Amino acid sequence: MSDATNPEVLLFASTTQSFLEKEAPLSRLRELHAAGASFDTDWWPRAAELGWTSLLVPDDLGGGSVSGSGVRDLAMVAELAGKTVAPGPLHPVSTVLAGLVEAPENHQGTIESLISGELVASWAVYEPGKPWAPLIPGVTATPTATGFRLDGVKDRVEAGAESAVLLVVADCEGSPRQFIVPTDASGARVESQRSVDLVKSYARVHFDGVEVDSSAAVGTTEQTPELISRQSQIAQILQCAEVVGILDAVLKFTIQWGFDRHSFGRPLGSYQALKHKYADLKIWFEACKAATNAAVAAVADRSPDAEMAVSVAKSYVGEYAPGMLQDCVQLHGGIGVTWEHDLHLYLRRVLLDRSMFGTPEDHNLRVYAITELGPRASWGRESA
Amino acid sequence: MTETTSAPTATESVEEFAARAKAWLADNLPPIDPNNPPEADRGEESPWLRARELQKKLYEGGFAGICFPREYGGLGLPIAYQRAFDDVSRTYELPIILNTPTFTICAATILDTGSEDQKKQHISAVLRGDEVLVQLLSEPSGGSDLAGVITRADRQGDKWVINGAKTWSTSAFAADYGLMLARTDWDVPKHEGLTMFLVPINSPGITIRRIKQVNGSVEFCEEFFDNLELGDDAVVGEVNEGWHVASRQLYHERRAVGGGSEFASGIGAEGKTDVPIDWVGLLKATGQADSERAREMAGRAIVHKAVQEQLIDHVYHGVLDGSLPPAAGSIIRITHAETHQVGFDTALALTGSSGVIEDDDNLIRYGERYLSRQTAALGGGTTEIARNIIGERVLGFPRELAADRGVPFKDVKRNKQG
Repeated sequence: MSDATNPEVLLFASTTQSFLEKEAPLSRLRELHAAGASFDTDWWPRAAELGWTSLLVPDDLGGGSVSGSGVRDLAMVAELAGKTVAPGPLHPVSTVLAGLVEAPENHQGTIESLISGELVASWAVYEPGKPWAPLIPGVTATPTATGFRLDGVKDRVEAGAESAVLLVVADCEGSPRQFIVPTDASGARVESQRSVDLVKSYARVHFDGVEVDSSAAVGTTEQTPELISRQSQIAQILQCAEVVGILDAVLKFTIQWGFDRHSFGRPLGSYQALKHKYADLKIWFEACKAATNAAVAAVADRSPDAEMAVSVAKSYVGEYAPGMLQDCVQLHGGIGVTWEHDLHLYLRRVLLDRSMFGTPEDHNLRVYAITELGPRASWGRESA
Repeated sequence: MTETTSAPTATESVEEFAARAKAWLADNLPPIDPNNPPEADRGEESPWLRARELQKKLYEGGFAGICFPREYGGLGLPIAYQRAFDDVSRTYELPIILNTPTFTICAATILDTGSEDQKKQHISAVLRGDEVLVQLLSEPSGGSDLAGVITRADRQGDKWVINGAKTWSTSAFAADYGLMLARTDWDVPKHEGLTMFLVPINSPGITIRRIKQVNGSVEFCEEFFDNLELGDDAVVGEVNEGWHVASRQLYHERRAVGGGSEFASGIGAEGKTDVPIDWVGLLKATGQADSERAREMAGRAIVHKAVQEQLIDHVYHGVLDGSLPPAAGSIIRITHAETHQVGFDTALALTGSSGVIEDDDNLIRYGERYLSRQTAALGGGTTEIARNIIGERVLGFPRELAADRGVPFKDVKRNKQG
């Protein structure tokens, strides 16, 4: 994803990888799960120290990237983290930072604490019973003498119980706005929600007359749709990159299984029915990578095609990855459906990434709507 | 119009090249609507005459063979220049039908394996628009098992005498030369007794017959060879080393079929039947512009097509930088077929009964295109063979059992004669 010939990028990648292998192996994931924990709160600042949280933040706000393209660097971290289905709030923290750095006024302190890892934050965007629709919040923000009063319920907030502050999308006099709200504010109540993932935790958050100062607002009303769009794109490319990392790891050991496992005196991979299944996995993996790389590049370059590229990737990766994991289960045979085998750890995360921040079907609708708006030269190269 | 060829300087940037191409195109080639290009039925004679004319103009203007070496009449530039030319030339009439197989497969293979004389003669001739090339590979006796061809080339004095039949050669009737694979030694295993010949199509001893396809197209041909005589100068590569040449053809073909060849110039549709499906137009015509179900289905087809384009780029660069083996070209060959399938299946579903019974909007064309859906999964080698290639040569799994391996070809079991 990042320039593989840049020595600083290579060093950053190898440091990140060895940190993940040492500190976040699959066995650690199982331990956290057994302890009912989502991630180690002491661990996150050390991950932040490697630079993961500073990548999206410009130098003048205390951040900095490795390659000069923080989005590409961050996608690389997400991909590497996918290889071990790493725990931790990389996605929610990055998503919040993506919004704050576009409108840093009054939020420099929050940005600094997020960079150091001492603060965890998350984006409160979903609402109970509603699909992915970030621009039409039901939670309301009513202007008061000193700021705003928030009422309503958000849910599916990643790491909500571990977050000290939330970036809340709320309707303010007919327009969406975003506010930084402490989770311990009077009138805020956090309930945890179970997810299919082994460690990732989610929360439903009630806001009953939560009062915030006017400085809690992030950006102007006019700016907000753009901020939400940027945050969505960052969240979605991180999901795609994480899935690419997962597929990379899972395909590696599933292909190796095809060489090592013998039936009727032959390796599994010598049977044409299975060889063709393996071929399909390879094809779809390269396609997921191609789509993700294109989306990451478009977001990194703030291309006018970024929204299209991200929805294309999110749809394609979301359509294929879960089935690919199930194919890998099938290729493993009975061991693949045991708790003991690691496949389900990967399958769980892939499922979560498929369904959060827009399903493939949601993104297909978006892609159609963008196409309807007008022809784009770059989307019509070949027939059918 | 005759133009002074302005050869690009070594230091010309991609942007400068694109700007120069843009200006030249505006002055020299007819503009077209890329969504409604002129009809170019490969089964007719006139599109081939037109393509030769257009190619001649490109050559005279200094924009032919962008990625072919300079010594054979090309420009010797990297693919970025070709892609830039593709971008600026979308709205002009180009000789798209010359791309495959003439440029992307035949000329590319001659470049890899031909003699110096053959390269000098034929590559520059195709770039000038003077020659159209065709592949004479498949035979009525079998397609996927290409090394099992039974067309024979027998040595008689200083001549080669050819007898047999070839099939599925695209537009052979309009071609000047064909790359023809024949058996020259029957006493060795199948891959070791083959020789590739460059055959002048208008020779005595060749009879051409058209094949009519399900969609009515008559572009493909069958050729019968009755004592066709060729000299040694017709041999491409070495005698009995024809499999090496054929392998290069297959390699170039798989890349070309998926849309990943640097030797293709222009990325527009070949004709109306090749135009990308206009999903927004289709939904309007079927009264489904506001149907969420229809919009979602069409959106999915758009996604698949977009990813195919991204994948072509990804695989091309992966093979170039070594992160993917050359056999990975088969990936885009398969996804090309699957993208067609998603497109045609979705169009069939969305058109409903108006896709099968003619109405004012001519939506029946989607039903008709569906009839030929599998063409994309067969032409250029079946997708099953391509999956074997990925399983064996990309992933490294054991080869399929071949009963003819190591056996002299004359002893290999062949089709039962009915």
